[in-house]
Amino acid sequence: MSPNPDQMSFVFGRLSLDSLPLHEPILVITFIAVALGGLAAMGALTYFRLWGPLWRDWLTTVDHKRIGIMYVILALIMLLRGFSDALMMRAQQAIAFGGAEGYLPPHHYDQIFTAHGVIMIFFFAMPLVTGLMNFVVPLQIGARDVAFPFLNNFSFWMTAAGAAIVMMSLFVGEFAQTGWLAYPPLSGSAYSPGVGVDYYIWALQIAGVGTLLSGVNLVATIVKMRAPGLTMMKLPVFTWTSLCTNVLIVAAFPVLTAVLVLLSLDRYVGTNFFTNDFGGNPMMYVNLIWIWGHPEVYILILPAFGIFSEVVSTFCSKRLFGYTSMVYATVVITILSYIVWLHHFFTMGSGASVNSFFGITTMIISIPTGAKIFNWLFTMYRGRIRFEVPMLWTIGFMITFVIGGMTGVLLAVPPADFQLHNSLFLIAHFHNVIIGGVVFGLLAGITYWFPKAFGFKLDPFWGKVSFWCWLIGFYLAFMPLYVLGLMGVTRRISRFEDPSLQIWFVIAAIGAVLIAVGIGAFLLQIVVSFLRRDKLRDLTGDPWGGRTLEWATSSPPPDYNFAFTPIIHSHDAWWDMKGRGHVRPVSGFHAIHMPKNTGAGVILAGLSVGFAIGMIWYMWWLAVLSFAAIVIYSIAHTFNNDRDFYIPAEEVVATEDRRTRLLSAAE
Amino acid sequence: MSAQPHGHAGHHDHGPAGHGHDNHHDDHGHDGAAHGTLKGYVTGFVLAVILTAIPFWLVMGEVFASPRVTAALVMAFAVVQIVVHMIYFLHMNGKSEGGWIMLALIFTLIIVVITIAGSLWVMYHLDTNMMPMAPHDMRNMP
Repeated sequence: MSPNPDQMSFVFGRLSLDSLPLHEPILVITFIAVALGGLAAMGALTYFRLWGPLWRDWLTTVDHKRIGIMYVILALIMLLRGFSDALMMRAQQAIAFGGAEGYLPPHHYDQIFTAHGVIMIFFFAMPLVTGLMNFVVPLQIGARDVAFPFLNNFSFWMTAAGAAIVMMSLFVGEFAQTGWLAYPPLSGSAYSPGVGVDYYIWALQIAGVGTLLSGVNLVATIVKMRAPGLTMMKLPVFTWTSLCTNVLIVAAFPVLTAVLVLLSLDRYVGTNFFTNDFGGNPMMYVNLIWIWGHPEVYILILPAFGIFSEVVSTFCSKRLFGYTSMVYATVVITILSYIVWLHHFFTMGSGASVNSFFGITTMIISIPTGAKIFNWLFTMYRGRIRFEVPMLWTIGFMITFVIGGMTGVLLAVPPADFQLHNSLFLIAHFHNVIIGGVVFGLLAGITYWFPKAFGFKLDPFWGKVSFWCWLIGFYLAFMPLYVLGLMGVTRRISRFEDPSLQIWFVIAAIGAVLIAVGIGAFLLQIVVSFLRRDKLRDLTGDPWGGRTLEWATSSPPPDYNFAFTPIIHSHDAWWDMKGRGHVRPVSGFHAIHMPKNTGAGVILAGLSVGFAIGMIWYMWWLAVLSFAAIVIYSIAHTFNNDRDFYIPAEEVVATEDRRTRLLSAAE
Repeated sequence: MSAQPHGHAGHHDHGPAGHGHDNHHDDHGHDGAAHGTLKGYVTGFVLAVILTAIPFWLVMGEVFASPRVTAALVMAFAVVQIVVHMIYFLHMNGKSEGGWIMLALIFTLIIVVITIAGSLWVMYHLDTNMMPMAPHDMRNMP
């Protein structure tokens, strides 16, 4: 070891050469691939002289559209990481039978299932949801940006910083081996003395700051910045579900932050909130984390419901059936999502009265959800349905989600749950609703709004390939888990004794490979569409015959979204404008007041990563310095009053004239 | 983080829809948010001090024999304190921000009551059913 261990440990804390996983060939190869890929990307940026534009136009942007796109890119990158974890688990479980050990040692396998859950929820689904809301909501309400544009940039970078910390754990040290919610006492310092749980805590705390602030931002945007005439009951359904989701974020995420702070205190300063003795009670952690965790489920699914509502009414060319009931169902779900949390731990032993209360509330929450399904069905009824790719995702969702909902109601029955708790039946259930609901919805949303963001549609052929691979792959991957769960197979097991179970795991692995093909087809779809962008070009800004306000502006929209703030008379505002023969104004433009880009978000998030590294590895000097720098820089930034500028009227005129020419070319 | 003063940039050319929170403009007050007076702040401050001093005295002076009574009273004064802060320092009333503040407050109360009451109920049952042993027995378990 080192000549002077004291100095070494002052500088590097717990970090030593042994922390690098050099003995795990899978990780070494992954690291080499990532490093080469990173070098290639940096080389390309340098060669094409893109560093400047990347910094000025993207990394420091306060434009909600660009931030939304960056969120989506972050989510797709993290999807690849989270899905590789899934493939590795499926491969391990398909081969580790009888005496076979498989290829993953338990230490590594446990990190993989933890990382899979954490990444898919916090760093795939959440950024994708936030990204779509960021891009779409201001356009749907006729605003020029979100309420707090700099805060938006800062939120994105905090989320990205959290993702970076999780990725770092792959190559330096280890990740938590506790499952995605890190229940104590397993996650306490007695049973998880390593850095894994600390990586988990700080990644979530830092990303959580971003999530919470973006929730505040979007609530303020929707409440305060609607175009004149756009009353609450005229809001597009996606904006409504976004409002409810962000209210849930603002109310629920502080609970997660608080419970992780308590866990950190247990780990760092030896308190006993969640230990087994000295008055601690680990069951309190489970209780608190699910008070956040259940609303979190609805934070993810509500925007997906909004996307399906927009897609169904657009592609059936009909007003959404039961708009009012849709809004009330969303609000009811928002409230009810707070009184069902105990169904995640029926078996912990609360007794019959508590369990039956939460079982019944859980069953009740399926009523508004069911009402939504009927609303979509009735919208389709007698509509002229166009089976474009977003509509395919929607129909795939309706079938898959209803199955997932039914297994959910089954699990809501406490006696049944005692049989199925922690079994693969549960795994199949929540993947059924999260893939069939959230993922299908987000993919539908990406396909639906892609032309708005980039000015050309996605190639439908590869979209259909992706859809069918996802749909069939999903059923192949998860129906066997229902069967296995009913046979009593529990989750998070890395090797099995009974060889008769193997066939089901093999089928599930084939399903996972098919989903991988679906993801590949989706990425290929983006590449193919980019290459064929001239043929797929959207000149009008309204490629689908849309109904809501985002389709009134050009694709991609100008920086200021709308040259004049639209005045709203009806819901489905753009459909109404088209019906009344709306004429686009072509003169009388003014200079437009806009917020200025700033690098403060990137810098603060970078300092936060430094702080997290200091805390994780016990490099206290780094933690103290980074924290001080965060505070000082934040205060200094408030004195920067150079935050706004005007887009000159001539530039607005030039942009709008270009659009006039495009529109006349399209006719 | 600091709130951006330019959030309303999108609506700058729209009088009634633009909610100017920008200190450089004098279009304050369009949105119906109340603003404090010196008298209001002083009243609030005095009330806050009194409501802090009483619980302090209750604890330090050991006024009640039962710590439960003291704890309950301290909690009660804390709740009153919250209300004082909301009225005198945050300038909340039923009409501010077009009723949105009141709505948000009601929602917050519902969530807080659900969380606290629910946790107490759940944890009471869990503790009774699942923690029958003294810590000493726990440590000596096989």
